[in-house]
Amino acid sequence: MQFFHDHILSIILFTPVLGLVLLLFIPGANKNAVRWWGNIAMFASFLVSLPLVFWFNSEAPSQQFKFIERADWIPSIGAQYFLGIDGISFLLIMLTTVLGFLSVLSSWTAIQERMKEYYAMFLLLQAGMLGVFMSLDFFLFYVFWEVMLVPMYFIIGVWGGPRKLYAAIKFFLYTLAGSVLMLLGILTLYFRYHTDTGIYTFNVLALQQHGWPANLQFWVFWAFMIGFAIKVPMFPFHTWLPDAHVEAPTAGSVILAGVLLKMGTYGFVRFSLPLLPQASASPVIVKIMVTLSIIAIIYGALVSMMQRDMKKLIAYSSVSHLGFCTLGIFALNPHGLSGSIIQQINHGISTGALFLIVGLIYERRHTREIKEFTGLSNVMPVYATLFMIVMLSSIGLPLLNGFIGEFTILQGAFEVSWHWAAWAVVGIVLGAAYMLWLYQRTMFGTCDNPKNQVLKDLSFREIATLVPLVIWAFWIGLYPKPFFQVLEKPVTAIVQRVNPSFFQAPPAVSAAAPLAPRPAPAALAEPPADPAHSAPGVAH
Amino acid sequence: MMFLDYIWLIPLLPALGAFIQLLWGRKLSNNAVSAVSVGLPGVSFLWAVGSFLQFLSLPEEAHHVFTKVIYSWLPAGAFHLADGRLGQFSADVGFHLDPLSSVMMLVVTGVGFLIHFYSIGYMGHEGGYYRFFGYLNLFMFSMLVLVLADNYLMMFVGWEGVGLCSYLLIGFYFHRKSASDAGKKAFIVNRIGDAGFLLGVMLMTVTFGTLNFVEVTEAARSGRFGVGDGVMTAICILLFVGATGKSAQIPLYVWLPDAMEGPTPVSALIHAATMVTAGVYMVARSNALFILAPTAMALVAAVGAGTAIWAASIGLVQNDIKRVLAYSTVSQLGYMFLACGVAAFGAGIFHLMTHAFFKALLFLGSGSVIHALSGEQDLRKMGALWSRIPTTAKTMLAATLAISGAPLLSGFFSKDEILWQSFASPYGSKILWIFGVVTAGMTAFYMFRLFFMTFAGKSRVPHEVEHHIHESPRSMTVPLVILAVGAVAAGWIGWPKALGGSNHFEHFLEPVFENPMLRIAEHQAWSLEFGLMFFSVAVAAVGFYIAYRWYVKSPETPERVAASVEPLYQVLLNKYYVDELYDALFVNRTKNLGNVLAAFDLGVVDGGVNGIGWTTRLTAELSRLWDLWVIDGLVNVLAFMTKLLSYPARILQTGRVQSYALLIVLGVLVFMGYYILHF
Repeated sequence: MQFFHDHILSIILFTPVLGLVLLLFIPGANKNAVRWWGNIAMFASFLVSLPLVFWFNSEAPSQQFKFIERADWIPSIGAQYFLGIDGISFLLIMLTTVLGFLSVLSSWTAIQERMKEYYAMFLLLQAGMLGVFMSLDFFLFYVFWEVMLVPMYFIIGVWGGPRKLYAAIKFFLYTLAGSVLMLLGILTLYFRYHTDTGIYTFNVLALQQHGWPANLQFWVFWAFMIGFAIKVPMFPFHTWLPDAHVEAPTAGSVILAGVLLKMGTYGFVRFSLPLLPQASASPVIVKIMVTLSIIAIIYGALVSMMQRDMKKLIAYSSVSHLGFCTLGIFALNPHGLSGSIIQQINHGISTGALFLIVGLIYERRHTREIKEFTGLSNVMPVYATLFMIVMLSSIGLPLLNGFIGEFTILQGAFEVSWHWAAWAVVGIVLGAAYMLWLYQRTMFGTCDNPKNQVLKDLSFREIATLVPLVIWAFWIGLYPKPFFQVLEKPVTAIVQRVNPSFFQAPPAVSAAAPLAPRPAPAALAEPPADPAHSAPGVAH
Repeated sequence: MMFLDYIWLIPLLPALGAFIQLLWGRKLSNNAVSAVSVGLPGVSFLWAVGSFLQFLSLPEEAHHVFTKVIYSWLPAGAFHLADGRLGQFSADVGFHLDPLSSVMMLVVTGVGFLIHFYSIGYMGHEGGYYRFFGYLNLFMFSMLVLVLADNYLMMFVGWEGVGLCSYLLIGFYFHRKSASDAGKKAFIVNRIGDAGFLLGVMLMTVTFGTLNFVEVTEAARSGRFGVGDGVMTAICILLFVGATGKSAQIPLYVWLPDAMEGPTPVSALIHAATMVTAGVYMVARSNALFILAPTAMALVAAVGAGTAIWAASIGLVQNDIKRVLAYSTVSQLGYMFLACGVAAFGAGIFHLMTHAFFKALLFLGSGSVIHALSGEQDLRKMGALWSRIPTTAKTMLAATLAISGAPLLSGFFSKDEILWQSFASPYGSKILWIFGVVTAGMTAFYMFRLFFMTFAGKSRVPHEVEHHIHESPRSMTVPLVILAVGAVAAGWIGWPKALGGSNHFEHFLEPVFENPMLRIAEHQAWSLEFGLMFFSVAVAAVGFYIAYRWYVKSPETPERVAASVEPLYQVLLNKYYVDELYDALFVNRTKNLGNVLAAFDLGVVDGGVNGIGWTTRLTAELSRLWDLWVIDGLVNVLAFMTKLLSYPARILQTGRVQSYALLIVLGVLVFMGYYILHF
C-alpha cells in the first residue's frame, strides 16, 4: 500500500502503457476480447486515479506540488523523470481518466475495423495526456507533448471521416509547428540557465526560481504563446479544430475537445505565467491576449451559429468557450484563474458530452447535417432529455457546471476592466442562441423523415457513457466548493508570482463596515435634500 | 421554529416533484402524477403559511428578517474591491425571509398551488401530462429560490431557472414550430436582460464586496455612498436591464405576447402571476440602491409608464383572447415599475399581489373559455357565453372589474395607490400620472371589450363547436372561485388612509423600504387624493362605457371606427411592427454577421493556413525542380564533363597486354630520347 501511495503518479501514468503491452498479445481477430480488454484497461486507468481524490487534500498540505516522484533520467543533459501534481493538474488528470474511459466505452459498436490498433492508440494517447499533466521536467513534458500527437494523428487519419487525411495532417503539422517554437523557448531557458548558474536542468520548479531578464521573458513568452495558442486554439490559430473535430471519430472528438485543448490553457497556467511573470503581466501582452480571447468568444459564437454540421457547430462553440478560459487566465487574478481552470473542466464535461451525443446520432444515421433531423424528441425521448441537460450545462445555466466557471471568469475579468466583462457577456447571450437553435432544429417539431422515425432510443451502455458526465455537471453546479478548495493554493501561488502586490491590499474585514463617505461625482450629485425629510427620525 | 428551520423545504418539495416526474413520470399513471405534483406544492404552500405565521410571531427585534444559510455555494476566493481592499468572494445557498419575500412566497405558493390544481382538469387530455407537471414543479422550485434567496447570485439561480421553465413550457407543444420559436425567443430575449443583471451583480461585488441582501442594504444605507453616486446609478440601471427582460418591459417585452403559445395554466402562473413579476421584486429588493440613484429611478418610472400605455394601446385591438391578456400583463407590469420608479415600492408590491389574483384568474378563466370552445382563442368567434359557462363568466367578470379599477375591488386599491404616488411622490410628476390615468381608461376598455366579446352579444361560435360548449370540471372552477374571492378582497388589506383605512399592507412592508435617504412626500390633503381617485375611476368608467356602446349596443361601430382610422388601426394590430423591426435590426443582422464571419473563417483564416500549406508545397515543388535541374543538373554536367574528358583516355584503355607493352616501350623510348637530347 505504501508503495502504491508513493508511486501513485507513475502507476496512473503506466497503467495504460501496461494495458497497451498486454493488448498486443491478444489476437486481433478476436474482436470481443480486444474490445473488452480495451475497455478494462481504460477503466483500470480510471480506477487507479481514483485514490487521488481521497488522498489529495490530506497529502502534504503545505506543499504546492504533491506525490512527487523524481529520478535521474538522462544525467548528461540534466533531464529527469520528475512527476508531481497540484490542484490544477489533479483536476485535469481526473478529467482525462474519466473522459478517456467514457470515450472508449462509446466506441463499443462504432469502431469495427482495425479494432486492436484503435484501442492501442487510445491507450497510448491516454498515457501521453497524463504525462503532460504530471511532468515537472520540461524535457519529459516535451516528450509526452509530442508522444500524444502520434496516436491522435492515427485516430483521425485511420478511423476518421471522408477528409480524414487532410484533417489529420493539418492537425499534426499545425500543432508540430507550434511545438517546435515552444521547444525553442524551452531550450533558450535551458541554455540561459546554464550560462547563469553552470547547471544544466529542465526542472520547471528550478527554472521558476530563476530571475529571467525581462527582454528574454518577452521573447520566450511569444515562443510559448504560439505553441499553446495553437493547441487551445485561440483565434486566429483555430482552423485546424473544426476540420479535426469533424473528421475524427466520436471518441477522438471527445478526447480532442475534452482533454487535448486543455493542454494549451494548462501550458499558459503552468509555464507561461509562473516562469515568465513579468512578460505575462506586461500591459501589451495582456492586452493582446485578452483581445484575442474576446474575439474568440464572440467570433466563435457567431460562426458557430451559422454552421450546418453539428460537429462543426460544437467545434466553433469550443473556440468560444476556450476564449473564456484564456480570458480568465489573463485577468491574472484568483477569480479569473480558478474560474478558467474550472471552466476547462466544465468544457471537458459539457463539450465531451455534446460530442458523445452527436456521435450517438451519427452512428445511427451516418450524417451530422442539422437539416436531416427534426423532431427527434418524439422518437428518442431519453436522448432528447440528456441532450437538453448537456445543452443547458454548455450554455451556463445556474446549478449546472458551466455557470460556475463562466461567472467566476467574468467576475475576474470585471475586476480588471468592466469592458472585458461587458464584451464577454455577449458570448453568453450568443451561446444560448446557437445552442437553443440547434436543439430546436434537431429535437423539436414533428419527426417527418422516415429514416428518423425508426431510430432507436439509447441503449443502457449509451446512457452509461453520458450519465457520469451529467452527474459531474450537477456536482460542480451545486457544490463547487471542493473544486475551489483544491485550486486555492496553486492559484494563489501563480497570482503571487505574476501580480506580487495582489495580496498586499488592505483586507476588507466587513464589507458593510462604514468607511469614509465617498464624495458623489459632481456631475451626478443631487442638490442636498431637505434635511427634514432625509433625517432618519422624521421618515414616517 | 419547525417551519422556519426547515424553510428550505418550501422550494425543495416542488423540486422533488420535478425530479420524480422527469425521471419516472412516464411510467406513472395520470392520477399518480397529479398526486405527487400537485400534492407537493400543496405541502409547500402549507409550509409557507406555517413559516409566515412563525415569522410573524418572532420577537420584535428579530421581526424584520429571518435568514438561514444552508451551505457556502460559491467560495471563489480573493479579489480586489473597487476601492483597492482585498475581499473574499462568497455566495451562499441561504434563505432570507422578510416581509417582502414572505409576500412573494405566499403569492407564489398559493396562486401556484391553485394553478397546479386547475391543470389537473385542463391538461387531463393532453399527451406529456407528466412532462407538464415536471416542468411546472421545476418552475415552482426556481421561483421560490428566486424569492427566498439571501443574495443576488442565488437570486440569479432562480432567475435563470424560471427562464428555463418558461422556455420549456412555452415550447410544451414542441411539434408546433410557432411554440418552439416562441420558447427560444423568450429565452434569448431574457438572456439579453440577464447579461445586464450579471454585469450589475459583478459591479455590486467589486463595490460592496458582498452580494448578500442584508449586507448590501446596510452598506447602501450606511452613508458611504451619496445620493446620485455614479456607481449606484450604473448598478441600478444594469439591474433594471435584467428586469426589463424578465418582466417584459420596453424594449425587451416582445417575448411575452409570443409566450402565449404555451398551455394556458402556464400563461397564468408564469406569464402573469409570478415569473414576470420577478423584475419588480428585484427592483423592490434593491430599493436601498435605487434610492441612491435618482437617475435610474426616473428611468424605471419612465419605462414603466411608457410600457403601460404602449402595451395597453396594442391590447385595444388584438383579437386573440390570450394576446389581449398578455399585453394587459405587460401594461400592468408597467404600472408596477412606475410605482417602483417613484419610490412607492410598497405600492408596486401591492399591485403585484392583487395582479397575481386577478390576472391569474383572467388567464384561467380564458383557459376555461378556450376549453369550452374546443381550443378556440379568437374573440371574433365567441359571444353570448354568459349563460353557457356561468361560473367562468361570473368569475371573469369579477376579475375584469378588479383590473379595471372598479371601486373597492382589489385592483382599485393597488392601482390608485400607484397613481396617487406617481402624482404626489417627490420622485413623481404629473406626466407620469397622466400616462397612468390614460392607461387606466384603456385598460377598462380593452378588458370589457374582451368580456363583452366573449360573454355578451350574439353568438359567433361556429356551429360545429356550438353543441360541445360545456362548463369546465370542478377541478377547474374551484380555483376560479377561490381566485375570484382574492380578486375581490385581496385589496382590502391595503385600504388607504384616504378612505378611512390604515393600509396594513404597506405598514407590514415598511421595514424593507424604510430608508433615511428616501425623500418622503409632503403630507397632502386627503381631499386631493380622494379627488384624483374619483377622476381615475371616472376615466375607467368612460372606458367601460365605450366598450359597452361598441360591443354590446351597436356591434357594427368598431369596424366603422377601425375603417376611419385605418392606418392607426393597422399599426396597433401589428403591434407597432416592433417584431419586424427587431428582426430586421438585430436578428437578421446577427445571422448575416455570422454568415460573413463563417465565410471569413473559411476563406481568410483557414485560407491563410491552407495558403501556408499550399505555399510550402509550391516551394517544395520549385525546390524539387531546382534540385532536379539546377543542383542535380550541375552534378550531372560535372559528371558529363568528366565522362567527356575521360573519353580519349578510354581509347587508350584497350585491355590488350600487347598494346600496353607497346606503349611502355614507346614511353621508355620517349624518356630516353629526352635525356639524351638534354645531356
